[in-house]
Amino acid sequence: MTRAALRRLTRRAALYAAALGFIGFAGFPFYWMLVTAFKQNRDLYVGASDLSHVPWIFNDPPTLEHVKLLFGQTDFPHWVLNTLFVVAAVVIITVAVAVPAGYSLARLAGRWGERLGMGIFFTYLIPPTLLFVPFARLVSLLGLQNSLASLVLIYPTMTIPFCTWLVMGFLRSVPWEIEEQAMIDGYSRLAVIVKVAPRLIVPGILTVIVFTFTLVMQEFVYALTFISSVDKMTVSLGVPIALVRGDVYHWGALMAAALFTSIPLAIVYNVFIDRFIQGFTMGAVKG
Amino acid sequence: MAGVDIRNLRKQFGDLCAVDGVNLSIREGEFLVLLGPSGCGKTTLLRMIAGLERPTGGEIHIAGERVDGDVPPRARGIAMVFQSYALYPHRTVFQNIAFPLEASRLPRTQIAEKVQRAADMFGISRYLDRYPRQLSGGERQRVALCRALVRDPKVFLLDEPLANLDAKLRNTARDELKRFQRQIRTTTVLVTHDQVEAMGLGDRIAIMDRGKVRQVGTPEEVYEDPVDTFVATFVGQPPMNLLDLGDPALPPRTLLGFRPEHFLPRSVFQPDEDVRAFRFSVRRVEYLGSDRYVYGSISDGAATDTTVIAKLPATIALAIPEGEQQEFAVPRRALRYFDAATGSSRKI
Repeated sequence: MTRAALRRLTRRAALYAAALGFIGFAGFPFYWMLVTAFKQNRDLYVGASDLSHVPWIFNDPPTLEHVKLLFGQTDFPHWVLNTLFVVAAVVIITVAVAVPAGYSLARLAGRWGERLGMGIFFTYLIPPTLLFVPFARLVSLLGLQNSLASLVLIYPTMTIPFCTWLVMGFLRSVPWEIEEQAMIDGYSRLAVIVKVAPRLIVPGILTVIVFTFTLVMQEFVYALTFISSVDKMTVSLGVPIALVRGDVYHWGALMAAALFTSIPLAIVYNVFIDRFIQGFTMGAVKG
Repeated sequence: MAGVDIRNLRKQFGDLCAVDGVNLSIREGEFLVLLGPSGCGKTTLLRMIAGLERPTGGEIHIAGERVDGDVPPRARGIAMVFQSYALYPHRTVFQNIAFPLEASRLPRTQIAEKVQRAADMFGISRYLDRYPRQLSGGERQRVALCRALVRDPKVFLLDEPLANLDAKLRNTARDELKRFQRQIRTTTVLVTHDQVEAMGLGDRIAIMDRGKVRQVGTPEEVYEDPVDTFVATFVGQPPMNLLDLGDPALPPRTLLGFRPEHFLPRSVFQPDEDVRAFRFSVRRVEYLGSDRYVYGSISDGAATDTTVIAKLPATIALAIPEGEQQEFAVPRRALRYFDAATGSSRKI
């Protein structure tokens, strides 16, 4: 074998080793969730006293007991439905507000557009841990405490500023000329916004949807503050409340819940990852 | 009367005066080229005619109707082709060309007919079902022109439509554009920074610099009689030679100008021809196939260091040795004079 071929081979091997490393990094949490969710309790906890116990594999046959606990003795299916409802409502509100706002800031507001955009972005940086007290007061004033409507009302306060900024940054990279051309071709500005612009913004809108989805799925503080009855909780709130009882962690059921919610998310991300990054980096570079 | 009248037009961007008091009258059916270096305000001027930019002051009249102010682009009876062609990426060629017609709410059958006719004219009927990303640069340009033409505009506005084509294609495209404009006789305004394009296409050329129109005239007029040193050096390749010789026969502070192709060895001219002779120190000779460029300086009178260029056609086969002095001359009719202080031309 020549030296060049050898070098090519080692390089190839290094590449695969690195790829395998990343696969392990990304895949291990999923594997750990899977194993934990289907292990018998004895198999899960014996490692604490028996050091020869191997934690990575099934030492006893797998069991469905944790899944049964999750689906039978908690309101998990209910929480999934609640989460989907809140996510859908917040996505619709966010797209309806952030896309037109970002569009007009990028295209129409001239030099003030940028400053206004930055201002809007800064409001996103105020953390929920500061805001949940005044928001709790607001929610109770509106009589929305302990209802999903409170979340639908409050979540857009974090999604809209960020998504407006995202759309703005994205649109700066889309040339104005196509819209100007349409105005010359006989259309009013309104007709351009309705007929031409949406097709140009599609990747931006997808990014907004994915981002809103993620943000709402993981939110905890507001949900904890506003929701008190078990049947109105979202997944991110219900799971830790129902499956962590005092200092007893139902690890199997917790991991089962995490598994069932993270797999659909992972699939969505994989489908949209290219467009997501496109929308994201465009905003980042030009923002 | 479908000309364009521009009166004292101004556009201010913050501190920058992009267009500074332009007066320009574009005649009906004329092909006018706005020529100037980048940043001279030519594109801004075009965009104001189109209605994409609002003037800071002045008036624009299209076909006798005043349109500056609130007349939107769609109501001005204009069509525009952008440098990027701005084709709608998610529409086929057919849908691109049909888009302006859909705006005027023509019946479907009539739209199809008009699109077909226009596409035939540009030889793009084969591509009607394709998307812009499936077309070459030249094809895209034709689609853009076709889309502009299909509305029967009163005025065509073209913003560097040839700049994105490769050099080989540009010549053919230029010829096509000119033939096509002759055929339909629609008033056309084209913006370019390429003087060859301007000379080749324009019935008249308006040369702009720093927001002002310096000269308007036929290609011959701007080449033969530039009104100032800017036009003299901007038009023509290589640029016109400008010399301050301190010649006692001329008024003080007068620049002498002559084009490189008029600056030839004395022996090329008849002995009795009325020429101005110079002693020319040749520094370097550049062989370019059809021409030779000779670089050097004038070494008589008040000798100057200014580089002077001579452009010798291949038909003059004389040997020009580098580093020697030669007798060169310019016919007197080809000499131009400029004021050294203001740059404007002087008749002598």
